[in-house]
Amino acid sequence: MYPFSFTKAAGTREALEAGRRGGRYIAGGTTLVDLMRETVERPRTLVDISALPMREVTDTARGGLRIGALVRMAEAAAHPKVRTLYPVISQALELSASAQLRNMATIGGNIMQRTRCAYFRDVTAACNKREPGSGCAALQGYNRTHAILGTSDHCVATHPSDVAVAFAALEASVHLLGPDGERSVPFADFLLQPGDTPNREQALRPGELITAVEIPPHPGPLKSGYMKVRDRQSYEFALTSAAVALHVRGGVIRQAKIAVGGVGTVPWRLPAVERRLTGRRPSDALWAEAAEGAAEGARPLTHNRFKVELLKRTVERQLRIVGGTK
Amino acid sequence: MSPQPQAAVGAPLSRVEGRLKVTGQAKYAAEHDIDGVVHAVVVDSSVARGRIAGIDARAALTQPGVLKVITHLDAPRLAYRDNPVSLAPRGGRRLRVFQDDRVQFFGQPVAVVVATTLEAAQHAADLVEITYDAEKSSTDLAGSPADEPQTYARGNAEQALGSAGVRLEMSYRLSRNHHNPMEPHATIARWDGDRLRVWDKTQWVIGVQHELAAVFGIPAESVRVISPFVGGAFGSALRTWPHVIIAALAAREVGRPVKLALTRRQMYFSVGYRPAYEYKLRLGSDRRGRVTAMVHELKHETSRYERFWEANLVLGQMLYAVPNVSQSVRTVPLDVSTPLWMRGPGYSSAAFCIESAMDDLAYELGIDPIELRLRNEPNEDPSNGRPFSTRRLRECFRVGAREFGWHRRNPTPRSTRDGDWLIGTGVATGCYDVWRGQAQAYARIDADGTAVVESATHDAGPGTYTSMTQVAADALGLEARHVEFRLGDSTMPPAPPQGASQTMASVGSAVQDTCDKLRKQAIKLAVEDEGSPLHGVDADDVVVSGGRLQVKGDRARGETYQQLLARNNGTHLVARGSYNPPQESRFSMYGYAAMFAEVAVDARLGLVRVRRMLGVYDAGRIISPKLADSQAIGGMVGGIGMALLEHTVTDHRDGRIVNANLADYLVPVNADIPDLKAIYLDGRDDEADPIGVKSLGELVQIGVAPAIANAVFHATGRRVRDLPITAEALL
Repeated sequence: MYPFSFTKAAGTREALEAGRRGGRYIAGGTTLVDLMRETVERPRTLVDISALPMREVTDTARGGLRIGALVRMAEAAAHPKVRTLYPVISQALELSASAQLRNMATIGGNIMQRTRCAYFRDVTAACNKREPGSGCAALQGYNRTHAILGTSDHCVATHPSDVAVAFAALEASVHLLGPDGERSVPFADFLLQPGDTPNREQALRPGELITAVEIPPHPGPLKSGYMKVRDRQSYEFALTSAAVALHVRGGVIRQAKIAVGGVGTVPWRLPAVERRLTGRRPSDALWAEAAEGAAEGARPLTHNRFKVELLKRTVERQLRIVGGTK
Repeated sequence: MSPQPQAAVGAPLSRVEGRLKVTGQAKYAAEHDIDGVVHAVVVDSSVARGRIAGIDARAALTQPGVLKVITHLDAPRLAYRDNPVSLAPRGGRRLRVFQDDRVQFFGQPVAVVVATTLEAAQHAADLVEITYDAEKSSTDLAGSPADEPQTYARGNAEQALGSAGVRLEMSYRLSRNHHNPMEPHATIARWDGDRLRVWDKTQWVIGVQHELAAVFGIPAESVRVISPFVGGAFGSALRTWPHVIIAALAAREVGRPVKLALTRRQMYFSVGYRPAYEYKLRLGSDRRGRVTAMVHELKHETSRYERFWEANLVLGQMLYAVPNVSQSVRTVPLDVSTPLWMRGPGYSSAAFCIESAMDDLAYELGIDPIELRLRNEPNEDPSNGRPFSTRRLRECFRVGAREFGWHRRNPTPRSTRDGDWLIGTGVATGCYDVWRGQAQAYARIDADGTAVVESATHDAGPGTYTSMTQVAADALGLEARHVEFRLGDSTMPPAPPQGASQTMASVGSAVQDTCDKLRKQAIKLAVEDEGSPLHGVDADDVVVSGGRLQVKGDRARGETYQQLLARNNGTHLVARGSYNPPQESRFSMYGYAAMFAEVAVDARLGLVRVRRMLGVYDAGRIISPKLADSQAIGGMVGGIGMALLEHTVTDHRDGRIVNANLADYLVPVNADIPDLKAIYLDGRDDEADPIGVKSLGELVQIGVAPAIANAVFHATGRRVRDLPITAEALL
């Protein structure tokens, strides 16, 4: 670990000031400290933001839900509103990490977490994300867990978060506060595909803080859920995952929101699958037909070809679990 | 058989050291508080093969607190004498730390930084710049040239295969597995003049003692190794690995005690592993399921500097009554570190292949898999014609089938469903040698009537403190709480390595011998003592119970150890004893297991979940039922890992271990572990050793993986011959 200084911000203004001077924000620290130990991250200054007033889950005037950036994963998962209105969020959180980590890690930190690509985390390996221009060891290396969607020749790493997949499906937005004031970014624009700058992962401006993630109102009743496929039953990242939210009225699917994880360089929305579902009646045949398009555009690598088929089946299964029948 | 009442042995005693462990008072290797200790961190090579071209330690040396950076450029030449007291493969040339510029595997120690704080040492280690003249490395078992084979043959297997009614030909691939004990390897070394004291994580204090003496060219008597607690090892701590030498070297160079703990990442580099295998098996049988021929062709990885060996041919020779057997095993030297025995070594890998093949044969012939095995049960060891000391495998299967509900299954593959899950059940045989080694012990009864018993053995998890306490308690006629067993110090009476499941048989027998001697000494003192109520009684008629020496059949007549010692002005009585196993035995001695598994497979998603497992064991006498139960559970968990999760991944482009951490190298977590049950057949094996035990710690892991793979086949109709069984194999 490289030496660093540590300050605790008493308030938002103080945090932003420290951030403006190049300080790195730290909350739960469950990703950042790991990466510092591996010397992947070498911040000179850490700014502890855990005292900032961002720990509330509140209703928005428009009828949505605002989850403060410092709400712990465990708190968000257990929140009655989250559980009732958006089970997909609760499930995604509860299928993440371990109980200990969920008690420490925050929602803001969760969507900021960095890839689990083993080459990224091994400082002796080539990685364009860690060291731009050094190459991508994963591209021709052991890439079983890597992405098949949204990849580039420079990076094939997945975004590891589960709840980010749920947020993407629900068309959340990320509230930011920076030296120039507040702004809000749609979730789809917040996390960046690697392109030729895989070191740029979020649409954050220097010194900006995440203050909250907002879930917009959705027409009710909304049935939703998250499925995670992985080698072991707990404490592992997804091979594939699917966040599905369906609004069914009068026996017809009026709205379908689907995003998948473990397969994309960012949480991956499936608009084509959503279109196939909208206006149709739930049936096993429909789930299969719609899921057939789930891996459109996939570019599999040597060791992750199985993810193409697995992804379709994951989406199909989760459509059935949320949408019923059989 | 001991004349003593057996009160402690067989009782479900809780671990005697349990309180120390759960309250954090048990000191593991890195936790000993040594005055003036400084910290060492190893720098690992980032190439798998080549030469060190340059080392720049300037930045590291300017860090506050850094005392020294040692590399091959400035390390003293070390004696590295041959060491006959070693588990290193014979004929190899062990890795010599910092003695030349050669890099032989990825992660090889190439420098060590010593600093006054751990943090300073860690950071400085990151700052040591090493450049290499890298050479093309070869780390892939597939396609690499192999050494000359070791072979075995009986009958004419090829001919018998040719005329067999049924012929099967299978190829298996088993991944490399790492031991991954919870406690990282760690060493503290301190020199007092020419004398070296080491606190180490080890399964063999005597082995570490002799290796350090050989490497530094000093007498073994000058080295003392202490290891009272070991946080799991599964075999990885059977050898004295480079970091132990480095700690001692660094301590000598800086003139202060040095602590060196490996990181989790470093645990994948140079502390051994279960080697990857390719195993081809051809099998011939008649239509009634009598196997007539088996041809085994094995290949496994080893390093270029040592030819690793493990007992991977035994099962193929003795498990079934096969008249024609041919075997060959080749090692494939690669630019990797040397493997080391991991729980159930050799047997476990071979059992997966043989027991999967037997399952294939059962389905091929439409014979129940248990019935097929019984039809091939030998009456004597087919490899040498010797009678079995005890072999109760039939009984294991009978008891297991009843308990597991085996005969309620529909034998047709893919016939049982529960929602999205296909349900399957499978069986496999487990079997492991009864190893025994020379062991000695010391025992003392003090004036207060309590006893201390010692042997330089280990407790890497099986519960040696507890099981030896139980043996000693009965032999001395004391309650277990009045006996303290001590271990893990090379100055104690010598004991064998804690590997190959030999501790209970070997050290347990030595403890019994020692305590028998001590008890008899006390009895002799009493019956010859005119002041004793036992005066004149035949010594053979005296037993000791609850610390009281008394006449068999006349319990009123007797006295306690305290009374005896007090009257004789004695402070204590002492005895030394031993166990020396016979060189040759008339018998073939093995432990046996029938393993049962039920799995659920989500065939659409490729998920395998173990639902329940049952092991029924013929392991001889069970000294400590609670510990034996723990061993079985641990063995099943290890086997579940081997079957479904564990896989050390090497990037063959540069020999890098890709998943050198516990997030990417998957071991089972609680959610993967269902209802596990163990049944030990009641009995003992008096041919095996004086206390009637057979092997146990390895046995419980062997046969688990094939039982699961066989259950996966029954569930899905799909035979997976590569381990671990992952989603992609089942989609």
